[in-house]
Amino acid sequence: MPDLIIIGSGPAGLSAAVYASNAMLDFKVIEKFSMSGGQMLNTYDINNYLGFEEVDGFTLGQTFRKHAESKGAQFVNDEIVKILKTGGGWRVRGNKSEYDTKTIIYAAGANPKKLGVKGELELAGRGVSYCATCDGNFFRDKITAVVGGGDVALEDALYLANISSEVYLIHRRNELRGAKYLQDKVKNNGKIKLVLSDEVEEIIGKNSVEALKLKSGGELKVDGVFIAVGLEPNSKLLDGIADMENGFIKAGESTVTSAEGIFAAGDVRTKRLRQISTAVSDGANAVHSVEEYLNKT
Amino acid sequence: MVKDIKTNEFTEKVINNDKPVLVDFWASWCGPCRMLSPAVDSVSEQVAGADFFKVNVDEEPELAREFGIMSIPTLIVFKNGEIVNQSVGVIPEADIKALVENA
Repeated sequence: MPDLIIIGSGPAGLSAAVYASNAMLDFKVIEKFSMSGGQMLNTYDINNYLGFEEVDGFTLGQTFRKHAESKGAQFVNDEIVKILKTGGGWRVRGNKSEYDTKTIIYAAGANPKKLGVKGELELAGRGVSYCATCDGNFFRDKITAVVGGGDVALEDALYLANISSEVYLIHRRNELRGAKYLQDKVKNNGKIKLVLSDEVEEIIGKNSVEALKLKSGGELKVDGVFIAVGLEPNSKLLDGIADMENGFIKAGESTVTSAEGIFAAGDVRTKRLRQISTAVSDGANAVHSVEEYLNKT
Repeated sequence: MVKDIKTNEFTEKVINNDKPVLVDFWASWCGPCRMLSPAVDSVSEQVAGADFFKVNVDEEPELAREFGIMSIPTLIVFKNGEIVNQSVGVIPEADIKALVENA
């Protein structure tokens, strides 16, 4: 039986692959899509990952992947649908095949959270978007809004300000949450209008987005709305297997979960700061914990 | 195989095609599009009796406008000139296959 299955090929999974290769473990990486990167694929401009002054997410993802491949990591394209306990470890069941393993590094990441308002699902792809860098260009010289107050929301607003004629940044608190330098850039950008202490109640539109109804009672005419209100962890496969906290898999820096032989790395685990750098760190810690576990058993 | 398609060939190759046709609307600067493309390629090798095309929305803005594309990647399946299935965002290979097979 192989030592390890790594689920996911974002920064945490790829970092784990590099460390697992160095540890000479018998392992595979299972990825849902045959192209690594995870959420950073949506990121236009990364300037805080050490060694890269400025890089786009796609390029950095490809760089990570090449590194893992150069170490001999094997990638399997399959979507995992179930994880089961076996006598000697775990069975990972995919759409295409089944994989038995002694241990699992679970690095399935997270997806953008939905806002949960009327019109959101109905108008998805019709002006409602979760990826400013993908869809911003469809709103050239149009009016857009970004919902959220964290780093991603601020980055999205700044990106859209290059394209749209006007960008509303709507945040439910009375001050923004993202990095200070981003806040400064947003406040000094003439195209971005802050709408603080307010929430979107409904996204209005017939065939495409036309306006946002706000909790304060007003209505904003917009052509597109970009939602950046946090993350929804892809933790469902471990429901009933490992302990969770607010949907995230409970694990500390060691990545050890309550399920023996399963280690949670990257955005899917409970942690304070979800960044590429902290995901990469988790990958290294997870392999170290896997080695400890294998030596013990 | 997934072939590039231009605005002026669209009617002949997609609308007037009697097989189901999957069209992938994408752009080179869109990370998720580049993540989805290999999966579409793979499905095109598995499903016989359907055609597969991709539209670069930068090069063919008319097509993107005509079909109201506001998010990419968008996959649209046509049959007998009508839209029968549509999907926005990155989806697993099995779902792409279902989009075409259920057309």
